[in-house]
Amino acid sequence: MGSQGGFYQSKEFLDLVKSIGEARSKAEEDRIVLNEIETLKRRISEPDIPKRKMKEYIIRLVYIEMLGHDASFGYIHAVKMTHDDSLLVKRTGYLAVTLFLNEDHDLIILIVNTIQKDLKSDNYLVVCAALNAVCKLINEETIPAVLPQVMELLAHPKEAVRKKAIMALHRFYQKSPSSVSHLVSNFRKRLCDNDPGVMGATLCPLFELIARDVNSYKDLVISFVSILKQVAERRLSKAYDYHQMPAPFIQIKLLKILALLGSGDKQASENMYTVVGDIFRKCDSSSNIGNAVLYECICCVSSIYPNPKLLESAADVISRFLKSDSHNLKYMGIDALGRLIKISPEIAEQHQLAVIDCLEDPDDTLKRKTFELLYKMTKSTNVEVIVDRMIDYMISINDNHYKTEIASRCVELAEQFAPSNQWFIQTMNRVFEHAGDLVNIKVAHNLMRLIAEGFGEDDDNADTKLRSSAVESYLRILGEPKLPSVFLQVICWVLGEYGTADGMFSASDITGKLCDVAEAYSNDETVKAYATTALMKIYAFEIAARRKVDMLPECQSLMEELLASHSTDLQQRAYELQAVIGLDAHAVACIMPSDASCEDIEVDRDLSFLNDYIQEAIEKGAQPYIPESERSGMLNISNFRNQDHHEASSHGLRFEAYELPKPAVQSRIPQTLIASTEIVPVPEPMYPRESYQTTMPSIPSDAGSAELKLRLEGVQKKWGRSTYTPATSTSNSTSQKTVNGTSQGDGASTVSSMRETYDSRKPQVEVSHEKQKLAASLFGGSSKTEKSPATGHKAAKASSHVVEKSHVPKSSLEVASEKATPAQQPPDLLDLGEPTATSTALQLDPFKQLEGLLDATEVASAVNGAPAASRSPDIMALYADTAAGIHNKNDADLLSGLSNPSVTNMPGTTAMPQVTQSSSKGPNPKDSLEKDALVRQMGVNPSSQNPNLFKDLLG
Amino acid sequence: MIKAVMVMNTQGKPRLAKFFDYLPVEKQQELIRRVFGVLCSRPENVSNFIEAELVRLQDSRLVYNHFATLYFVVVFDSSENELAMLDLIQLLGQQTLERCFKNVCELDIVFNYSKIHTILDEIILGGQVLETRSTEIMRAVEEISKLEAATNAISFIPKSASSWLSR
Repeated sequence: MGSQGGFYQSKEFLDLVKSIGEARSKAEEDRIVLNEIETLKRRISEPDIPKRKMKEYIIRLVYIEMLGHDASFGYIHAVKMTHDDSLLVKRTGYLAVTLFLNEDHDLIILIVNTIQKDLKSDNYLVVCAALNAVCKLINEETIPAVLPQVMELLAHPKEAVRKKAIMALHRFYQKSPSSVSHLVSNFRKRLCDNDPGVMGATLCPLFELIARDVNSYKDLVISFVSILKQVAERRLSKAYDYHQMPAPFIQIKLLKILALLGSGDKQASENMYTVVGDIFRKCDSSSNIGNAVLYECICCVSSIYPNPKLLESAADVISRFLKSDSHNLKYMGIDALGRLIKISPEIAEQHQLAVIDCLEDPDDTLKRKTFELLYKMTKSTNVEVIVDRMIDYMISINDNHYKTEIASRCVELAEQFAPSNQWFIQTMNRVFEHAGDLVNIKVAHNLMRLIAEGFGEDDDNADTKLRSSAVESYLRILGEPKLPSVFLQVICWVLGEYGTADGMFSASDITGKLCDVAEAYSNDETVKAYATTALMKIYAFEIAARRKVDMLPECQSLMEELLASHSTDLQQRAYELQAVIGLDAHAVACIMPSDASCEDIEVDRDLSFLNDYIQEAIEKGAQPYIPESERSGMLNISNFRNQDHHEASSHGLRFEAYELPKPAVQSRIPQTLIASTEIVPVPEPMYPRESYQTTMPSIPSDAGSAELKLRLEGVQKKWGRSTYTPATSTSNSTSQKTVNGTSQGDGASTVSSMRETYDSRKPQVEVSHEKQKLAASLFGGSSKTEKSPATGHKAAKASSHVVEKSHVPKSSLEVASEKATPAQQPPDLLDLGEPTATSTALQLDPFKQLEGLLDATEVASAVNGAPAASRSPDIMALYADTAAGIHNKNDADLLSGLSNPSVTNMPGTTAMPQVTQSSSKGPNPKDSLEKDALVRQMGVNPSSQNPNLFKDLLG
Repeated sequence: MIKAVMVMNTQGKPRLAKFFDYLPVEKQQELIRRVFGVLCSRPENVSNFIEAELVRLQDSRLVYNHFATLYFVVVFDSSENELAMLDLIQLLGQQTLERCFKNVCELDIVFNYSKIHTILDEIILGGQVLETRSTEIMRAVEEISKLEAATNAISFIPKSASSWLSR
């Protein structure tokens, strides 16, 4: 047969292909193709085109569409061709429609009738062509139209037709299981077809059926095993041999099926041992397909109930794969090893060298696969080597996506298996140095927490050592140019907190370094903010230790610069620093206790210390505060609209344009809110005094919503991180409002940047927990023994959480958040709302996370004598904790600030409205939530001059 | 199941693309471009597998092989065996096409576009490997081409007669 065969093409087509092939640029190619499209458009609609010509036109159309151009004008002609009597034309028509159309295309309806007719044709080639089209073009609605014919074809005398009919039925099952569920038994019947090809085709649908429901096919285990046995013993005709392997594709499918059926089923697995063992022995490992079967055997062995003999054979094959020169086999070997170590982790040991070799390989695919494996087999004994390698590789690659992944894996492994604190800090430093911008900020916070908390053991000495080694290494690293922002934040925080703690370095050393950082990275406001706060801490510690404080000249100039900064945040910090320096030792020691980042802070969450002041104000004739819900006097949900209205009135036109996205918010948030109203109706207070009390009833309601979310968690998580947006809005609501209310203009930018950090931090909490769980399940059986002695800090920490929880209602994450709070948000009246937000944000989340993990908490807190709603008070308590924590750390006594607004500068005055505001927000979290959601939706932070905020608060 | 079979030349021009799960034309083009981008950056003598992540595919694996000036790429999901898919490319690329065209080259594929599709239809149906015996495949394809040639020559023959002819 010549190369043209029956598939003749004209010179024109050859010319087209040639000219496209010779096109020098994409533009030229496009031009040629567009020309061609014009020609075809004209020609194809001419009357009386010879069939052969028509066929060629259609093929040309298919070709054009493959090149990425629109050929839809010709679809209808392709459909028409399927109606033709000539097989040549009909087949071309079917080919074209299967390539052009998808199952939901409008034109399909014109083809169904033809397909029906063709399925009944006497010519089996026509039937085959129609079945090809059925596989591609029939959708759920049209299945009934062709189903009877396809069912008849299952008994067609030609095996090629039977095969295709089975595939068509399989396709129906994939598209709409319900429409053919009553016919599934046909697959079982066809398994006994006397043509091995048909039997092999049946395995495809059966594999899928079994994957969905293993238990109803357990009875077939014996049949599958005997089929596999016959195939492996070469009982099939020679025609099925492929590279001297008897029907390898059938063997592979059968092994896959057996792997499913034998998984966790000892009895079923026992039936398989002999045949799988036979295949291991007989399989020809010199051909590619033979290795494919061997690999499938390993997969099967690692999936079914383990058998030592088979595991041994599997390990042999794996070592053969790994020693082979072929990259493909190495790749399969690594993959197989990854499967097998889940069952017998000890085999990894003997292959460690081979695996390390794969790391040196130039093949990127192989390298990545290997890192995946290494990640799986990391233990405390090999963590140093593996993480070291991973970091080296991480430095070498450019693909940011993958770099991020490796970095997070390094962090995770280091956190989990770190042999020593020293090593851990060094490793983290390397990761931060090279991928700091890619690592999630939460990792940085974790590191800070770790340094602050020590490693969970009650050895203060070790902790101190750890800290001084960290300080030392950071001082060294600061010499390097161009460090990532996140890393600098960590460095600044650690230097501020512990720089002078061990007396090795003088305050002027540290402050000098910090000033250098702030200068060198003057574009990075976050780093500058961290540095300023660190400076304040250093000076505060100095003052508290009653040493003389000499401010370095560069530090002074930095402060001068910051005092006039455009960023209100930086300005704020600078003013605070100034204020702290002016205080006496005792006061400073109170507001800035040394190494207090882990301390718990007592908080008066009712803000009762304000009561006198308010009483006084009311007596003087001030208007009592009326909560917003009271003012509107409407239902809470519709309140939302009201809210919008409110703001619209105060901002004129500006908010009008943004009305659209509202429904989405409502559908998302009220879910929890409605529930919370149902649980506890929020009483509507009349006076500010009462409004404080109403925070109490509101606690359960708030908690109710939180708890409701907890329950929903399992379901919603599936939809990814976005689920957490509502939670974020809860937490941010107060902060955003207040900050906006006070800080003007550019303040908004600070806020949004802050918010970003919080947002980015939160999903991370979730991820790492998930990963930890995953790791736990991966290593569950194998590395348990290893973990307990060596991984000390992790395990100890987990347990310490529980303990902590039972005594003080506090989780480690809260501690972290608290610690992070002073770090990121130094005593900062302006941002009063903000830190609160941080803590709640973190708290809500970890609770959800922890709920599953630490069931003990509930019990513990119940024992503790906490009220029935064990969790909720925690949240509120902490909410308050942090809020007051900031107060404490602040020298500016709130009360004095309130009574004497003109004396304490700007922050003091603004503080009052915020406090009142946030307390008033207490009883009605819903409002703030909605408001915040609205703000987020609109992407606009209500600008500073919101008269309502102040009018209501200040009376 | 097999999701797609693609053939492209070493310049990245698609020569054949068959998608067993429907993808809009633009997405097909995007995928072909991405795959080519990865392929041309791979050194010689390395494995024939590509990380699906690199071409932004989910739950997929990619296997490719290189014959003369052509890349054959198969995209499939976890229910197929990588090495077996590699053999499938072998089967399609070397055995069957070689039998069809003797010294298969890029032009054969372009000029016999519909024939290649016919061959593929015989090997893979609905995303499942249906036939792996190259003799069987060849027989079926020859039968079709003979028949088409026959119907072509005497296309005026009424339907009943033409179907009689085909037996």
